Amino acid sequence: MRALANKLTNLRSGFGLPLALLTGVVLQSCGGDKAGSSQASGVAEDAAAAVYVPPGQHDELYSFLSGGFNGQVSVYGIPSGRLLKVIPVFTQQAENGYGYNEETKPMLMTSHGFVPWDDLHHPKLSRTDGMADGRWLFANGNNTPRVARVDLKTFETVEIMEIPNSAGNHCSPYPTNNNEYILAGTRFSVPIDMEKGGMGDASLDEYEEKFRGSISFIKVDKDNGDMELDFQVLVPGFDYDLANGGKGPSEDWVFFTTYNTERAGTLKELGASQNDKDYLAAINWKLAAKYAAEGKAHEMPANYYHNKLDHGTHTAKSTIKKTVRYLLPEECPGMMYLIPAPKSPHGIDVDPTGEYMVVNGKLASSLPVFSFSKMQKAIENKDFDGEVNGIPVFKYESVLYGEVKEPGLGPLHTEFDNKGNGYSTMFVSSEVVKWNVKDLKVLDRMPVYYSPGHLMIPGGDTKDPYGKYMVVMNKITKDRYLPTGPELLHSAQLIDISGDKMRMLLDFPTLAEPHYAQAIVADKVAPNSVKFYKLDENTHPEAVKSEKDVKVTRQGRTVKVNMTSIRSHFAPDNIEGIQVGDTVIFHVTNLEQDWDVPHGFAVMGANNAETLIMPGATQSLRWVPKQAGVYPFYCTDFCSALHQEMQGYVRVSPRGSNVPIKFSTGKPKPVPPAQASVN
Amino acid sequence: MSVYLRVVMIVAALSLGLLFLFPMWKIYLQAPQYPEGLELHIWVNKLGGSSESVLQNFNILNHYIGMEKIHPDSFAELKYMPYIVIAFMVTGVLVGLLGNRKWVLVWVLLLAVAGAVGILDFYLWLVKFGTNLDPTAPIKVPGMTYIPPLFGSKQLLNFHALSLPSWGALGIFLGLVLGGLVYILSKKSMKTQLAS
Repeated sequence: MRALANKLTNLRSGFGLPLALLTGVVLQSCGGDKAGSSQASGVAEDAAAAVYVPPGQHDELYSFLSGGFNGQVSVYGIPSGRLLKVIPVFTQQAENGYGYNEETKPMLMTSHGFVPWDDLHHPKLSRTDGMADGRWLFANGNNTPRVARVDLKTFETVEIMEIPNSAGNHCSPYPTNNNEYILAGTRFSVPIDMEKGGMGDASLDEYEEKFRGSISFIKVDKDNGDMELDFQVLVPGFDYDLANGGKGPSEDWVFFTTYNTERAGTLKELGASQNDKDYLAAINWKLAAKYAAEGKAHEMPANYYHNKLDHGTHTAKSTIKKTVRYLLPEECPGMMYLIPAPKSPHGIDVDPTGEYMVVNGKLASSLPVFSFSKMQKAIENKDFDGEVNGIPVFKYESVLYGEVKEPGLGPLHTEFDNKGNGYSTMFVSSEVVKWNVKDLKVLDRMPVYYSPGHLMIPGGDTKDPYGKYMVVMNKITKDRYLPTGPELLHSAQLIDISGDKMRMLLDFPTLAEPHYAQAIVADKVAPNSVKFYKLDENTHPEAVKSEKDVKVTRQGRTVKVNMTSIRSHFAPDNIEGIQVGDTVIFHVTNLEQDWDVPHGFAVMGANNAETLIMPGATQSLRWVPKQAGVYPFYCTDFCSALHQEMQGYVRVSPRGSNVPIKFSTGKPKPVPPAQASVN
Repeated sequence: MSVYLRVVMIVAALSLGLLFLFPMWKIYLQAPQYPEGLELHIWVNKLGGSSESVLQNFNILNHYIGMEKIHPDSFAELKYMPYIVIAFMVTGVLVGLLGNRKWVLVWVLLLAVAGAVGILDFYLWLVKFGTNLDPTAPIKVPGMTYIPPLFGSKQLLNFHALSLPSWGALGIFLGLVLGGLVYILSKKSMKTQLAS
């Protein structure tokens, strides 16, 4: 049966769509009656050796997979597929207190207040000279528009900026080749009130006239990575889906896919699927920056949060920005063009040479490849076919290089190897298709399980891809692993792309829903990884660096506990004089100065998470005791042979009680103060 | 004494300067959960190690067995030893300049005695730390002491301890050997001078 399925798969490329559909049916029925039959097919015989990283050895690459609806980034080693870390970005993480402790709560502040969750779709590595440099990872929050920056020295979220005039920050964040700008486009157009700023009011019947999209240009500081919203381009009210920057000859340009160019405001499933062609928007970012600098930009009121982690205090601080500058494309000739592209396109991917732009029209039957040099000529010759909101629209043929015919069904996303080939995911026909960028011929097909969304080749979006591996992120898992009830993890597959034919190597489950990923050779990140924070450099105002200095102080109904943790005790570990209804803030400084010795802190009954304190850092947990009693607290992260003994008590007395504030560590003799650091 | 030997004597004296550039002794600790190892470096004037916080990390480990905290302030030696070394360097250079053979011998012998006393002192500290354990320590192994080796290796619970002289000690060694050579060779040269 498997042989038959394979034969049909091979035949499929020759026979086109009808047979492709039929094959899909046959394949499905095969999988249905015998679990496991599909698993073995196509797996290379020496696959185990290719992905085996012996105990104690390190992976060749770091990969960063978005977590989609978990709002986090998962870090996996490649080729082993081992999970190395989960980085909380837009979502609170009870596991380490991110978004729960006082230091990180401001990171999740927005103009809508505290938003503890988001939908993180696209991680993008920072770049130097068009190549991933391993310094930072940018990621978008789709639901409440935000862009985050993760520092790859610490694998921590260090900055989150809200994006005004946007809704559904999906088309984001796309760095230019030296991080001059991070671009962020809105997926949901909304009415923008340019007088009062921000979201305006409109009847939902007025979509066509009143709704606009925005593309934000975020500047990145070369040295410290800090973001700043420089300006926005207000664009027609389409849905902006994905983007990618040019390189080489097309370096000054960024390309955006759009759909719903029909501008339907309801039942978009149908309404946005009527036009045979939507648009690929091309924006000359250098020219846009020039226009903005030369006074073409308008300004409107705005209200958005910019949250940044201070390195010394290890505390996030929010600032609220009140204006935003914007450009109108109709006033900026030569800045923006539209290329007709079939049909409701998803991915837009520029090949390593920067000449070819591949548009993955998810409802299209072919894969159009546009030519940058032809686009330049068409601009010169004014080869236009009308305009939208003052933005010239090219004739399809005048910028088309060619089409990959019958690539498969439901093309979503393409990346490239370093040998001139493109690899495209086919969501509907559940396969990856390898094709040659020059002659547009399909070279190979690999069935994947099941329904791939995005794929990732390390550096596959840069000018020099690392053409050894490909990670395919599948949307449907079904029978690939032992069943775990109705909810299954998504599944990624690792494919060897070093040879002429793709070789299936490995399945590995992924957290929530990866929408995209990035990868980088380990050498660019591992040597910079911080082992612990230096206590001497801790400038947290509530830090105590020696057990001599611990204190418990009451100010009205707030009690501050400035305490320390070191193997294997807290100081103080006996606290009295707290009253019901007090707001108690435990400021815990981890005095350790060694690698991998975090201490956790949790207190009984707290309507809060624990907090996990890295060596040298100070973190603060808020607790409001509701009943009188004696409350134990303890270290939650197994730190030493006496970890279980690392605990203490807080005595909570009734409101108005006369028990004084009192605190201590150890009974018979005072424990000699721990040395914060030596020398 | 020939100019050549005087220069060697001065080199012998100056080689003690290595003590200010490198540790005298290193104690290496290794355990399964310390793949990177822990090193305690003993200098003539300070304690250091493989990382800035090595003493704190030694002390955290040692507190389980009730060992006293190691702190540079506890060692008066670290304060006066540098002066002794400087004194040896200055007098050594003077001896070289004077070219007096007897003084060379005195210098070498004093240096040898000082070195031996230093090693003995070091050993006594190791014994003191290794045996003077807090009776309320969380981990008590009957009969167990934790004297690190003076020279060579030893297993202390989960730690493999290795103790070796380091480049600073080479300074003393060079001082002794070169000074000794000057003494011996100058005797020969005196004989040849007498014979001629």
